[in-house]
Amino acid sequence: MTEFLMNHMMVKVRGVDKIFKRGSEVIHVLGGLDLSIPKGEFLALMGPSGSGKSTLLNLIGGLDRPSEGTLEIGGKRIDRLSERKLAAWRARHVGLVFQFYNLMPVLSAQKNVELPLLLTKLSRAERKKRAAIALDIVGLSHRAGHYPRQLSGGEQQRTGIARAIVTDPTLLLCDEPTGDLDRKSGDEILDLLQALNKEQGKTIIMVTHDIHAAARASRTLYLNKGQLSTEAVD
Amino acid sequence: MFNWVSQIFAVTSFSMRSLPQRKGSSAAAMLGIAGVVAVMVGVLSIAQGVLKTMESSVGDSNAIVLRSGADSEMMSGLSGDDTRIIAEAPGIARDANGAVASPELFVIVNLPARSTGTDVNVPLRGVQAPAMTVRDSFKLVEGRMFEWGLNEVIVGVGAHQQFSGLEIGSSMEVGKEKWPVVGVFEAGGGMAESEIWVDAAVLQPAFRRGNSYQAVYIKLDSNESFDEFKDTLTSDPRLNVKPMLESEYYDSQSSVIFNMITGLGRIIAVIMGLGAVFGALNTMYTAVSSRNREIATLRALGFRAGPVVISVVCESLLLAFVGGLIGAGLAWLAFDGYRAATLNWASFSAITFAFDVNVKLLVDGIVFAMIIGLLGGLFPAIRAARQPVAQALRGL
Ligand SMILES: Nc1ncnc2c1ncn2[C@@H]1O[C@H](COP(=O)(O)OP(=O)(O)OP(=O)(O)O)[C@@H](O)[C@H]1O
Ligand SMILES: [Mg+2]
Repeated sequence: MTEFLMNHMMVKVRGVDKIFKRGSEVIHVLGGLDLSIPKGEFLALMGPSGSGKSTLLNLIGGLDRPSEGTLEIGGKRIDRLSERKLAAWRARHVGLVFQFYNLMPVLSAQKNVELPLLLTKLSRAERKKRAAIALDIVGLSHRAGHYPRQLSGGEQQRTGIARAIVTDPTLLLCDEPTGDLDRKSGDEILDLLQALNKEQGKTIIMVTHDIHAAARASRTLYLNKGQLSTEAVD
Repeated sequence: MFNWVSQIFAVTSFSMRSLPQRKGSSAAAMLGIAGVVAVMVGVLSIAQGVLKTMESSVGDSNAIVLRSGADSEMMSGLSGDDTRIIAEAPGIARDANGAVASPELFVIVNLPARSTGTDVNVPLRGVQAPAMTVRDSFKLVEGRMFEWGLNEVIVGVGAHQQFSGLEIGSSMEVGKEKWPVVGVFEAGGGMAESEIWVDAAVLQPAFRRGNSYQAVYIKLDSNESFDEFKDTLTSDPRLNVKPMLESEYYDSQSSVIFNMITGLGRIIAVIMGLGAVFGALNTMYTAVSSRNREIATLRALGFRAGPVVISVVCESLLLAFVGGLIGAGLAWLAFDGYRAATLNWASFSAITFAFDVNVKLLVDGIVFAMIIGLLGGLFPAIRAARQPVAQALRGL
């Protein structure tokens, strides 16, 4: 890759190992993994269950730290940050979308979306306004006052996406965002992610088991035995 | 800082909002704590009640003279001559009838308790006229005073309520005789209210006491007169006595029973408290783990672990506070003013008292509840907060 492209990398993963210890058992999940993702890319990450897709996504999102190697996200080294600094960094720079939405059942859609803004110095009115904009982007303005249990799976996931983009992060990390949805709702979510990628230039990494979902991305990588490849191996 | 406060506020506010969804376990924790507090306050109110009785017995600038070496009236003995010499000492208040010095003696009689029917030791006190002036608050409330020289008795209100056979018109058996009850008296809530009074001159021959007494109760001119009064008596070669201010005397008398009941109350409360702590711990563990995903999500979004801990602790403190309030309220409704009798360990006779649930006890009860709540909330909260975020998200 050229020097120019290197500087436009959103994600730079170099020689990352991740080891989990469970009692005396040591699990090598990632081994010497390298990955570069340019700004504005929509990357699909596939691979067998247990291959470490979520683990890799957690490392990139600053939810966990590597056992070995470096991670540079948006020009910042995050592999040696303290818990506290990582938490603050996450709040500002990444949007997380979960398979099971992870909404707060006692909060309305609007309040759920506002949640990450509580970590900023924005005024109440400003928070409200931004949450409304995010809900509008995902097409859920008419459901703002509803509680998660009153929303369909697809609507809950759109709320989840609104929550992920409300702080305007450049990087969106989605772990099986359509994994719990039927085809139609899943397609709507993928449309939405594609639009966020094309129109707003969000860099997106999406873990998926679904080949149709992966087809929406600009590139697909396969994780197997702790390494990435461009081809599926079985 | 701004961040921290707003995070605590945000997290606490929705953990509170999810309380109604966890009605069952929250109510269980609350009631457990309420029970512990009710029992603790109830038991400690006994000690407070006894203490109050003892304190009410203390007259302003009153003194008591016992034989030296005697720790209680029970163990003391004074001759009739002794009591006359004591009454001549300087510093004693005087009224129309002379020095306000009351030589008294008492014996223990057995009477059945109203509540249980079992025999209880009740003091039967022989008095002379000054007994009623020494005790400022002495007042006949029913019937009449006994006739001097006759074997009639009057009974304290406490004794009247707690023991059977002391109604006006009935008589108590003393040896082969029957002594009629002719009146009921109050003594400002003091110990005398647990007693039965008779003319000392009647009591002495009936129990073969010759002309002996056990104590002389004194009303002094003022508290300042006590030193002179005491010095005179202790330096008199004819006497071998120990003068004390009533406040000192009752302090020494009440400490035994007070410490015993208070100690017992504390032990019971601690044992029950441990049970409640485990109950509360269990509830909070369940409450916290049912919200594990929520907590993990919040932390993934960038909320810090500290505010999460604080919010869980706040919730458990709130439950404990309400539980403590309920428990203290129940104890107050059930016990305050409830009259009972207990053994006076100093004289081995019964004293009657009212359970005294006072503000201090209520506050103690609620503080105790909050301590249980703090412990019950802190451990599960810390556990939730120490889990790495990625692991918590996996629901491990
Ligand atoms: N905190 C942890 N402690 C111990 N082992 C872990 C931990 N996190 C992940 N693992 C192990 O690491 C391996 C990879 O897990 P990971 O969740 O990343 O897989 P995945 O590719 O996302 O699988 P799936 O497709 O089922 O979601 C698994 O064997 C898992 O058991
Ligand atoms: Mg996974």
